[in-house]
Amino acid sequence: MAAGGPLSTDDLVQLLTPAGERIGHQQFDAYASHLTPEELRAMWRDMTLVRAFDKEATSLQRQGELGLWVQSWGQEAAQIGSGHALNSQDFVFPSYREHGVAHTRGVDLVEVLRIFRGLQHGAWTPADHNFHLYTLVIGSHALHATGYAMGLTKDGLVATGDPAKDAAVVAYFGDGATSQGDVAEALTFASVYDAPVVFFVQNNQYAISESATRQSRVPIADRGKGVGIPSVRVDGNDVIASHAVTRWALEHARSGQGPVLIEAFTYRMGAHTTSDDPTRYRPKAEEQLWAERDPIARLEAHLEAAGELPDEFRAEVEAQAKALGERTRTTVRGWTKPDTLGMFDHVYAEPHASVEAERAWFDRYQRSFADQEATR
Amino acid sequence: MTTLDERPATARTQHAAASGSGARAERPAPTTMTMAGAINAGLRAAMERDPKTLLMGEDIGALGGVFRVTDGLHKDFGDDRVMDTPLAESGIVGTAIGMAMRGYRPVIEIQFDGFIFPAYDQITTQLAKMHYRSGGAIQLPVVIRVPFAGGIGAVEHHSESPEALFAHTAGLRIVSPATPQDAFDMIQQAIASPDPVMFFEPKARYWDKGEVDTTRVKAQLDTAAGASTGTAEMSRARVAREGSDVTVVSYGPTVRLALQAAQVAAGDGTDIEVIDLRSISPLDSDTVVKSARKTGRVVVVHEAPTSFGSGAELSSRVHEQAFFHLHAPVLRVGGFSTPYPGAVFEHDYLPSLDRVLDAVDKVMAH
Repeated sequence: MAAGGPLSTDDLVQLLTPAGERIGHQQFDAYASHLTPEELRAMWRDMTLVRAFDKEATSLQRQGELGLWVQSWGQEAAQIGSGHALNSQDFVFPSYREHGVAHTRGVDLVEVLRIFRGLQHGAWTPADHNFHLYTLVIGSHALHATGYAMGLTKDGLVATGDPAKDAAVVAYFGDGATSQGDVAEALTFASVYDAPVVFFVQNNQYAISESATRQSRVPIADRGKGVGIPSVRVDGNDVIASHAVTRWALEHARSGQGPVLIEAFTYRMGAHTTSDDPTRYRPKAEEQLWAERDPIARLEAHLEAAGELPDEFRAEVEAQAKALGERTRTTVRGWTKPDTLGMFDHVYAEPHASVEAERAWFDRYQRSFADQEATR
Repeated sequence: MTTLDERPATARTQHAAASGSGARAERPAPTTMTMAGAINAGLRAAMERDPKTLLMGEDIGALGGVFRVTDGLHKDFGDDRVMDTPLAESGIVGTAIGMAMRGYRPVIEIQFDGFIFPAYDQITTQLAKMHYRSGGAIQLPVVIRVPFAGGIGAVEHHSESPEALFAHTAGLRIVSPATPQDAFDMIQQAIASPDPVMFFEPKARYWDKGEVDTTRVKAQLDTAAGASTGTAEMSRARVAREGSDVTVVSYGPTVRLALQAAQVAAGDGTDIEVIDLRSISPLDSDTVVKSARKTGRVVVVHEAPTSFGSGAELSSRVHEQAFFHLHAPVLRVGGFSTPYPGAVFEHDYLPSLDRVLDAVDKVMAH
């Protein structure tokens, strides 16, 4: 690992060692001290379920049931840890690999697959979960998040003096996105308008095949420094540290102190998508090294050592994972193509002459085949 | 609808309230406004109507915008609603999307046509598609004001007509007013619309004056169905001058030119019907086709390059829907397939009275 570069592991906040030992931290310990064994078990459960779902979706893609799948494998701690730090009134702008965060926001993971089966571009109502649609154009949503946060300030929902009312926004994106102009502009806007937004960068070390060293020569968290945004690097495979750092950042933002940038250093264990082939650009030994730093195994080791992962709980989560897998398979295979004319819906909120004319024409065109059939 | 436009520009000598500040809603509205003043008054009325309406852009605050279209608004509405932004067009549109998701109605000023391209991605991949990709769950009532087109002797990137680039993208509404009355009405209808609207302002027409009735659109938008009615209304073309021999179709900066051509041609015994499209997306081809069926001859005039331009689309629709009524092929008069040239050449590049009349002669020769 290059010292001081984007792959450096020198200055990561860590509260749980890879062996599962809970260690202290001067600044961030206080933000994890509230975590009871029950809450840690809930995080373990969520990580386990999301991974099981991820595997199931990968299988469904291989079976031809999905056009594409984007795995979150390896990034569960960064996503579940930060997701558990959110309040219901906070709003999230995800990229497209944030299945773990989606799960913490109450989005039914199975529904996410509608996107990957090509049924629709968005599969949930953002306002129902305070969780925006996935954004595929890299980094675009960093600006939407910033604008939404500016709106929260205008609405008087920041620094109200009542922590139960204060709200903030989290934008999730990756190391590749930090090279986008939109992310640079988002950092500028957030900074000068003091927007209550947390930029949560999962540095999973790869933008498809390109190393994070092609995006930056300094740690990605340093991007915040130039625009005066407090920034922190955290071990993204440590669910407790990811949680604590996010909790701190959200309190900072909600209390009117402005934006924060978190760089969660992690590893994308799977391919970029099911269309990708990582054997062409990264060594097996590296994957092996990161397999040993597995985020779920780490929390598991911690809970086991403390005697807080009883067999009954394990069995219960195992059964839930199995049921989720079965429900995923059955549901996805049961989805049929909706009415074709639905393709013309919602282009505009108010009627638009071209769309209406083309819809009417296509309807007549389709019916003409049915009429031919009928007269045969 | 008969307006001042039918007179040559030199005949319009009424004194006017200059831009903006004289147009407060609580005072009797001025009857004569410049187009810039009409947009200013329209913005003010929209901001008074809805506290969620806010303005964003570069130099729109204390300065009042480089064309002074937002003159006086910062003073009266403050930093929170008239926001001077960082110099980052993508950032302006992207944050406006976020604010619209939060319930605001941002009205963005892009300083000049040629500066819109840093925002092209946010406009086409995000703003235009959000309603569709959310299955109708998210409306983005964002208006992007773009001072556009040439004729003012400007330097590079300050005289372009990029409207067709945006009309090609589903999800956007593209409109352009040609008169102070339409500028006043349509900016408010655009702001009230639940869809994203690109509002192309013909900058060379900013200081043209005309009569403005400020009461009609107010009555419309104060009703429950006002947003729908207003959106439908701004999507319709208007017949700016009735005629029987040739239909000249135009919008924004060149409507005045089309009317001048009609006046000159009338002296030669050719009766031109002038259609002001007002909206490029949707394109009100019904109004044009109806006119084409009557006259059998159509000339389209715009400043944008004719290749792949809105005139090409219109020509195609006329040929598809009025083919057997046509006496001549539809002709286009517009900019050339060159970058917008240096200012000394712009009056050769832009459609001129002679070029429009030349096209009229050609279709009349059939």
